[in-house]
Amino acid sequence: MAKATFALSTLTTLLLAAASVQAAEPLQSLGKGEGRVDIVAWPGYIERGDTDKAYDWVTQFEKDSGCQVNVKTAATSDEMVSLMAKGGYDLVTASGDASLRLIYGKRVQPVNLTLVGDYAGVDDRLKDAPWFTVNGEHYGVPFQWGPNLLMYNTKTFTSAPDSWDVVFKEMTLPDGKSNKGRVQAYDGPIYIADAALYLKAHQPELGIKDPYELNDTQYAAVLELLRGQHDLIHRYWHDYNVQMSDFKNEGVVASSAWPFQANALIAEGQPIATVFPKEGVTGWADTTMLATDAAHPVCAYKWLSWSITPKVQGDVAAWFGSVPAVPAACKDNDLLGAEGCKANGFEQFDKIAFWKTPTSKCEAEGQCVPYSRWTQDYIAIMGGR
Amino acid sequence: MTPPSAPTPMRRIASMLYRRPNFYLLLLLTPPLLWFGIIYIGSLLSLLWQGFYTFDDFTMTVSTDLTLQNFVNLFQPANYDIILRTLGMAIAVTLFSALLAFPVAYYMARCCSERMKAVFYIGVMLPMWASYIVKVYAWTLLLSKDGVLYWFASLLHLDGVVDALLQLPGIGGKTLSTSNLGRFLVFTYIWLPFMILPIQAVLERLPPSVLQASADLGATPRQTLLHVILPLAVPGVAAGSIFTFSLTLGDYIVPQLVGPPGYFLGSMVYAQQGAIGNMPMAAAFTLVPIVLIAVYLSIVKRMGAFDAL
Repeated sequence: MAKATFALSTLTTLLLAAASVQAAEPLQSLGKGEGRVDIVAWPGYIERGDTDKAYDWVTQFEKDSGCQVNVKTAATSDEMVSLMAKGGYDLVTASGDASLRLIYGKRVQPVNLTLVGDYAGVDDRLKDAPWFTVNGEHYGVPFQWGPNLLMYNTKTFTSAPDSWDVVFKEMTLPDGKSNKGRVQAYDGPIYIADAALYLKAHQPELGIKDPYELNDTQYAAVLELLRGQHDLIHRYWHDYNVQMSDFKNEGVVASSAWPFQANALIAEGQPIATVFPKEGVTGWADTTMLATDAAHPVCAYKWLSWSITPKVQGDVAAWFGSVPAVPAACKDNDLLGAEGCKANGFEQFDKIAFWKTPTSKCEAEGQCVPYSRWTQDYIAIMGGR
Repeated sequence: MTPPSAPTPMRRIASMLYRRPNFYLLLLLTPPLLWFGIIYIGSLLSLLWQGFYTFDDFTMTVSTDLTLQNFVNLFQPANYDIILRTLGMAIAVTLFSALLAFPVAYYMARCCSERMKAVFYIGVMLPMWASYIVKVYAWTLLLSKDGVLYWFASLLHLDGVVDALLQLPGIGGKTLSTSNLGRFLVFTYIWLPFMILPIQAVLERLPPSVLQASADLGATPRQTLLHVILPLAVPGVAAGSIFTFSLTLGDYIVPQLVGPPGYFLGSMVYAQQGAIGNMPMAAAFTLVPIVLIAVYLSIVKRMGAFDAL
């Protein structure tokens, strides 16, 4: 709770710094649907049974609401923000490192929660989470959350690696060969936080409190770690398909990954497993947000209501390997199974450092390194400088 | 006999056009010039103009406040690396393509029968009928660790050679598909036809009498090659190199799928524009290939690339 107040006050500071958020008046009642809704989503979030017939939560919605669902997938948060800036979409499943940028960039509007089905059923830990609640206004509806896990090859690792060491330090793996060229890192500036989280545990003298709020000294140490990591990296992944094929054909054995790839590889019978390393993990908590210039608001509201029904929540969680935003979804879902929520990290909420956009004004250090520098420096590091 | 009738309007327009050839020319050229000027040059200029706009990193929005910062940023070490990396690859691919293409083109132009020539033409053109994306993805499979090339190397017990190659600084990498060598091979494969055809066209036009004269005057085949054929083929090589150089410089798909981490000019523009939404920086980056190619064109112009047109 202290953390929430903490983050809220950060937001207030932010709010004073940025121009005040002017929001369009939210809808007061729902008219007739417009016949379609355009959604920007993470791959795997919105399935209509194309890959596996059992995983389909679109067809029923289209039948019930008469709204045709169009999905545009995006691989990084930056891509999502950019797509929303271009316009033409109604909804976006934004992670915490995109949501505030969308709110302050006036790309999304407050949602009238009385029009959104059973909002009371949403997890209390998410109901008023600071990454989408500004000034008491809710700029969306929680969708799913989960950790960025360490995915590894079980043939190489006979027992689960319990630390991020395997991707940050050169070492000999259990199969007797070096990890050099056999590990991957995420191709997005937000990965800097993963390195910061690692240093938080391994170099306590740096005094890192929050991996998204780094002062210059801490930031320099983190970049140093990432530069060293560059020599170990096989490829920086951003396309989950490419990462999956790298684990299959390229001899990559360990990487940070979404549960999605791991589940897909396990389903193909690959020797893959995931682990929650001792340093903790970064994670994402995604919110379905409504665009300011949404052309199909009624259908969008209908989707928002649909998106938090327990059945949909449970199915998404089972498919993506995430945790539902609605606890009721954890019970009685055949796809997810009885232990599904627990396995995906339901009880780990407090141990996850959720993605958020780093800003120059911050609570932990007073003056922090902003996201623009994260972007520039990460491009340089990926280029080997 | 009927009196000469008054000229019809059509007839009058026709004679007017005949008497004023300049007006006729203007009429003929205006539509294509407008097309070229507005659609092509105009959009290019408006793109470059956006390079002066300001980008707000936090809200990721573009404002129309003018600044030179984006162009200054091109010289930041990380961005400068991208320019050098791309330029180096474009030059290497061009040189190697020319080296490979010359013998093929020479054989096509001078040594083979008509039937064989047709086979060669089809052979050179055939890969261009397949989708570029398909070819690149096929190469990622060829180069992958469980792929054909590694398999072939291990059959010939050459694993050590592959590993040694990958250790070399500059061209090496972790595996073939994440090394500069792999990327170089894919680029060369993709753009080679664009080098073969212009060289072949130049060699085809080389009069046999010149070669006979060279032989009559006592030149050895090697001397003929070095002092007669090669200088006369330079325009073709230069024309082909314009393709391979500029195509490599602007490509953004191969660098994403094959090769070590680190952006190319094209993929940087793609990332700035497509993923980050930083249109001004993307626009500033597009200036780089324009300048590089302008410089390159002026060099090959001196080499006579355009004499062959």
